[in-house]
Amino acid sequence: MSVVTQTGAAGFLARYEALKDRLPGDAAVRAAAAESFRVAGLPGGTSARRIEAWKYTSLRPVAEAVFQGSASAAGAMAALPKMNAPRLVFVDGKLQAHLSDMVPGFKSFADQAVFGGLARPDRDPLVALNTMLADDGACLRVPAGVDAGVIQIVSIGTGTAAFHPRHVLKLEAGSTLVVLETAIGEGNYLHNPVTEISIGSGAHLTHVRLQDEAAAAFHLSTIYAEIADGGTYDGFSLVLGGRVTRTEIHVRLMGPKAAAHMNGAQLLSGAQHADFTSVVRHDAPHCNSRQTVKNVLGGKSRGVFQGRIEVARQAQKTDGYQMNQALLLSPDAEIDSKPELEIFADDVKCSHGATVGELDAEQLFYLRSRGVPDSEARALLVRAFLVEALDLVTNETIRSILEQRVDAWWERQAA
Amino acid sequence: MSATAEILDSVQSGYKWGFETDIEMDLAPKGLNEDIIRLISSRKDEPAWMLEYRLKAFTAWKQMAEPEWARVTHPPIDYQDLHYYAAPKKKAGPKSLDEVDPELLKMYEKLGIPLKERAILAGVEPDPNERPQIAVDAVFDSVSVATTFRETLSKVGVIFCPISEAVRDHPDLVKQYLGSVVPVADNYFSALNAAVFTDGSFVYIPKGVRCPMELSTYFRINARNTGQFERTLIIAEAGAHVSYLEGCTAPQRDENQLHAAVVELIAMDDATIKYSTVQNWYPGDADGKGGIYNFVTKRGACRGERSKISWTQVETGSAITWKYPSCVLIGEDSVGEFYSVAVTTNHQQADTGTKMIHIGKGSRSTIVSKGISAGRSNNTYRGLVRILPSAAGARNHTQCDSLLIGDECGAHTVPYIESRNPSAKVEHEATTSKIAEDQLFYCRQRGLSEEDAVNLIVNGFCKEVLKELPMEFAVEAQKLLAVSLEGSVG
Repeated sequence: MSVVTQTGAAGFLARYEALKDRLPGDAAVRAAAAESFRVAGLPGGTSARRIEAWKYTSLRPVAEAVFQGSASAAGAMAALPKMNAPRLVFVDGKLQAHLSDMVPGFKSFADQAVFGGLARPDRDPLVALNTMLADDGACLRVPAGVDAGVIQIVSIGTGTAAFHPRHVLKLEAGSTLVVLETAIGEGNYLHNPVTEISIGSGAHLTHVRLQDEAAAAFHLSTIYAEIADGGTYDGFSLVLGGRVTRTEIHVRLMGPKAAAHMNGAQLLSGAQHADFTSVVRHDAPHCNSRQTVKNVLGGKSRGVFQGRIEVARQAQKTDGYQMNQALLLSPDAEIDSKPELEIFADDVKCSHGATVGELDAEQLFYLRSRGVPDSEARALLVRAFLVEALDLVTNETIRSILEQRVDAWWERQAA
Repeated sequence: MSATAEILDSVQSGYKWGFETDIEMDLAPKGLNEDIIRLISSRKDEPAWMLEYRLKAFTAWKQMAEPEWARVTHPPIDYQDLHYYAAPKKKAGPKSLDEVDPELLKMYEKLGIPLKERAILAGVEPDPNERPQIAVDAVFDSVSVATTFRETLSKVGVIFCPISEAVRDHPDLVKQYLGSVVPVADNYFSALNAAVFTDGSFVYIPKGVRCPMELSTYFRINARNTGQFERTLIIAEAGAHVSYLEGCTAPQRDENQLHAAVVELIAMDDATIKYSTVQNWYPGDADGKGGIYNFVTKRGACRGERSKISWTQVETGSAITWKYPSCVLIGEDSVGEFYSVAVTTNHQQADTGTKMIHIGKGSRSTIVSKGISAGRSNNTYRGLVRILPSAAGARNHTQCDSLLIGDECGAHTVPYIESRNPSAKVEHEATTSKIAEDQLFYCRQRGLSEEDAVNLIVNGFCKEVLKELPMEFAVEAQKLLAVSLEGSVG
């Protein structure tokens, strides 16, 4: 069979046309998403239209890449963090039952393809792409009042696969769940997951994400979370891998006293490009949102932070805070930061701050004068720089997994 | 006017600069095309190169689209439904103030603009207690009607004249610098301005000269259905120093009027330019009807080492403000500053901020922006701080505070921070809040009315910016804040 491989948006649309009769779930939702994607294309790809939300990130490399097929996942499996908690393993977006554990309340998206209704394929082109082609993912439901403990969701990418998993997490009133999402792999694949999260009243989700994709891979993830009154979303993302990556989080605080934390740390080197974009929308009074995002940039890497706090008219007594800081370790690194406030209620307290600089020479001198070798002193200061963002992760096992990854990253830089 | 009458007047009208002056006008027909541009150019007696420049800009403009990224909404503007040239009728240019239409003089008097060189006319030494002398260039619709103190200034080599005159009398300077900071096709409105600008001020401060007095331009839109497109060019040679003030008002009208100005500043080694604006164009009525569309491009280039450009603005007027006074910091250790107070009430929309482009080593910039929204208005700070790889040791500090009065307005902050040099330090802080209950309570408890208390607190909130204004303007600005916010409390 001779196939002319199409790249970019056209390639994905052709794939959709070929598969659409076999894809699970509501065909109308997919068709609408396909139409949105046809119009929008890949931001910065071949379409000339400039989108403000993608000001600093161009998906031209994604548009030019050829995505064909999978390879072996065995090598990547070995790099999985060791943790004693039930896990769901996906290879190139497909659930691997033989590698996965029994998790109560779990259904695969392939078996139960219900779109969560929070995603906005009409607004976000990558979400349109996902909605158009999603064929598997994790659907987790935690019943009211249940503490579901810790669950791992693992994604392994291989070869030149392009996969678009769809995850749906639903926490009913008063329930608790900790999720550790790990994304790793080998190859130059595209991982484009969409996660829809609804947190019931008084429920609490801790959502830790470790993105350590292969160096040549693309990772473009979008998360939507809606939080009812008294509910809490604690999100933390550690971004280490990938060639061009984006983590986009949309949180909506729907009921009084809902809270959201969206922390992140991006550690980049070489020619990596990583974009951390968040939008938190306060739709109810007395809600609270907090965000601390740190970028550590070496080599010729480019870090992007875009964060917006939106406060609706009715969301009086809102408390919103956002801090983003960047450390530039090399003369060729670049940070682009756009923290935004959009406020329509008057009785609010909202602030944001941003700083950019290099390692503090005085702090370095202090440590060096006390006999700490240069590389160790730098490692110490970088670790200290990240603490504020990492402090959100209170589960000790998970925290130590993240810290090990940070240390390993630093050692690779120093070597 | 007695104090009581003044209060009465401001309560009744809300906008006390809203009167219209009945003066015979020379109007170009409505519409925008090459013929109109040729007409403007010939009315101004311009040399051929100037017409060429205009036509080039017009060609560029026709291919451009109106920017849509700002947080403002307005019905589409019909650029063919405007007069692009409006001048008070006169036989020849006035040789002295005595020849200026008395109606015009009356109007400026009403606005409180000193067009008479009082001290000189009286033939006495100026009283040291009197207000400091200010040289004024008064621009009425499309033309400059009077420029004062030109003799005094020319003695020290300072050129202060309408730009249309500079085009004729100092073509080399204008040719060299016009459009060198804001290129013709920089943006939609600057291209439009370059094609049809009619007047504005030209300032040239020679090497090492400290301008002996404040320079000021007073802009007044009077005619109906006209657009005002003024062009200002200020050049400070090495070691020169100048402080320039700009004020604007317009009559009260139901339809919207367009104002698209371009201001270019150039500072060489060790030169300082301080540019202050009190913008009080007619903001429209309480229902959002009428008002000026203020779409302005202001940019300064710090070309020399240790040069400094400082923008201070108090923005209370206009239905829509679209304005980003910027600094391009090219010289080593050059300094850019932006101090801004923007007040919006009723249905006003303001999208304003600054751009600081750091190119030179050790360049520094400071941004202080205070936004106050009341009524149903929207007030946006939009700013860019860009550090290029060459700007080692660059430094920026940005502080943006927003104050909300009432629950139907919006306050927005959209900063862009881009750094490509690790030794640069950039800090940005922004807050949004309402007037604190305890502050209000404290003032009320001491017998201040709620309105006075709010005025006091708002003035305190803006203090960092107001103190940057020259004395003359600071007083006016404080009064303006009070009048603008009138009726928005309680």
